[in-house]
Amino acid sequence: MEHYTMNLTLKVWRQKNSQDKGRFETYEVKNISSEMSFLEMFDVLNEQLIAEGKDPIAFDHDCREGICGMCSMYINGRPHGPWQHNTVCQLHMRAYKDGDTIVVEPWRAKAFPVIKDLVVDRSAFDRIIQAGGYISVNTGNAVDANAIPIEKEKADAAFAAAACIGCGACVAACKNSSAMLFLSAKVSHLALLPQGEPERKTRVLNMVAQMDKEGFGSCTFTEACEAVCPKGISVTNISRLNKEYLVAGLTEDKR
Amino acid sequence: MKWSEFFTSSVGKKLVMALSGLFLISFLVVHVGINACIYADIFDDSDNGEIFNKAAHFMGAYYVIRIIEVGLFVGFFIHIIQGYVLEVKNRAKRNIGYKVPMGSKGSRWYSKSMGLLGTLILLFLVIHISHFWVPSRVTHTLEPVNYGTPTEYHNLYARMYHTFQQGWVVIVYVLGCISLAWHLLHGFQAAFRTLGVSNTKYIALARGAGAAFSIIVPLLFALMPISMYFNWVDLN
Ligand code: HEM
Ligand code: SF4
Ligand code: FES
Repeated sequence: MEHYTMNLTLKVWRQKNSQDKGRFETYEVKNISSEMSFLEMFDVLNEQLIAEGKDPIAFDHDCREGICGMCSMYINGRPHGPWQHNTVCQLHMRAYKDGDTIVVEPWRAKAFPVIKDLVVDRSAFDRIIQAGGYISVNTGNAVDANAIPIEKEKADAAFAAAACIGCGACVAACKNSSAMLFLSAKVSHLALLPQGEPERKTRVLNMVAQMDKEGFGSCTFTEACEAVCPKGISVTNISRLNKEYLVAGLTEDKR
Repeated sequence: MKWSEFFTSSVGKKLVMALSGLFLISFLVVHVGINACIYADIFDDSDNGEIFNKAAHFMGAYYVIRIIEVGLFVGFFIHIIQGYVLEVKNRAKRNIGYKVPMGSKGSRWYSKSMGLLGTLILLFLVIHISHFWVPSRVTHTLEPVNYGTPTEYHNLYARMYHTFQQGWVVIVYVLGCISLAWHLLHGFQAAFRTLGVSNTKYIALARGAGAAFSIIVPLLFALMPISMYFNWVDLN
């Protein structure tokens, strides 16, 4: 595709800290290359703000190659912007044309409070993982990787679920601010593998309990999450999570 | 895990929605089956609701069925209360909304409007119950009719016929059926996924069966007021 440059109007959410009420600010950026990434465009804007002696816009990012899950912008009514299966850092300016107005907001959910500008606190996800998103392995010699046979289909499905990068776009997109797509990816990933078997029931019970404690909503299968997930995590995982939870909840004794 | 924890978790609450919803669906099957007896009049003009009145009489006359009826009210109550609780709590999880809303990107509008559709069904239900259930079971103001035997039947058919001569009633009933169709189009298949059906083969089956059910059952219901209004099914 041919290279071109563009001038854009940005309406960006600015909020000094978690106590501040926050508001939208309008910025003009000029000569943006169609080859830049969306975050690079923000870098240009921030350079401009610094040169003017203003506070640059805080936004989360780390790898800038679509694998860490840090970037999190809600762009023109869609988490991670207009492209399918894509993170903001991998969104390129060729998605826009000269004269466009772009509205950029942080993820909105009570469980993801804004820290500053476009940065939200996603540590709720960390606490959900800490509640059971792991397997316990005793120390000793490393076991041969091929010692446990795993069906190819199961391994593939587990791998597809494990692709979740924990970005939180599913929560940002959901009308219920539900974290079920994230949680179902984490639970499925381990429930499908023999390594996850010993802690299978306690894992799902503890992780759902933590999710509820963090203040996420419940799933009503609107499927908005799957549509925006950069890793294409399937809502089928949510059905699997429900099955895991119902079986565990009905069979585990009182604790 | 304690029962109390199980049923108050986010997944447990949805389980209650799904089970009560499926229970209401099973009620719809019985309800539409009995009411469809009025269509006998299309094929035999001298029927005048005889088959229907007898079937409805059976539903009112025996204790077992009256007890099931209590279960039905409980089912509705649980489904409606839990539905509103979930709707309100879920919406409260986002205290600051977006300037540019997601709208229906990636999802179907009716999957996001279950609370609204449910409310329309509820409003319809109030009108519907006052039309038929109250005169039949509470105030006993239906005319009697008998069919050559000593047994007296309530002429619920006549009541239906007279009620559906009013155009606005017909419109309200049709709108109620449309709300029900959309509610079921999402609800039927969602209930199975809430129950943990994760095999895509069966999800496809639930979607297909759900779509068929959501079209056929509300259509059969909607045709009742319409066909009485236009005297395709009449009283003579
Ligand atoms: C004959 C009547 C009705 C039937 C057959 C029915 C059936 C269903 C089914 C099967 C579901 C799906 C449950 C799930 O997602 O797991 C559902 C959801 C729902 N129903 Fe109904 N329903 C009826 C009436 C009502 C009424 C009167 C209301 C009143 C408010 C209502 C409110 C809701 C709501 C809010 C949901 C979505 C809950 C959620 O998914 O979180 N329904 N219904
Ligand atoms: S499920 Fe998808 S959208 Fe949700 S956190 Fe994981 S990668 Fe992000
Ligand atoms: S910055 Fe790592 S995924 Fe975007």
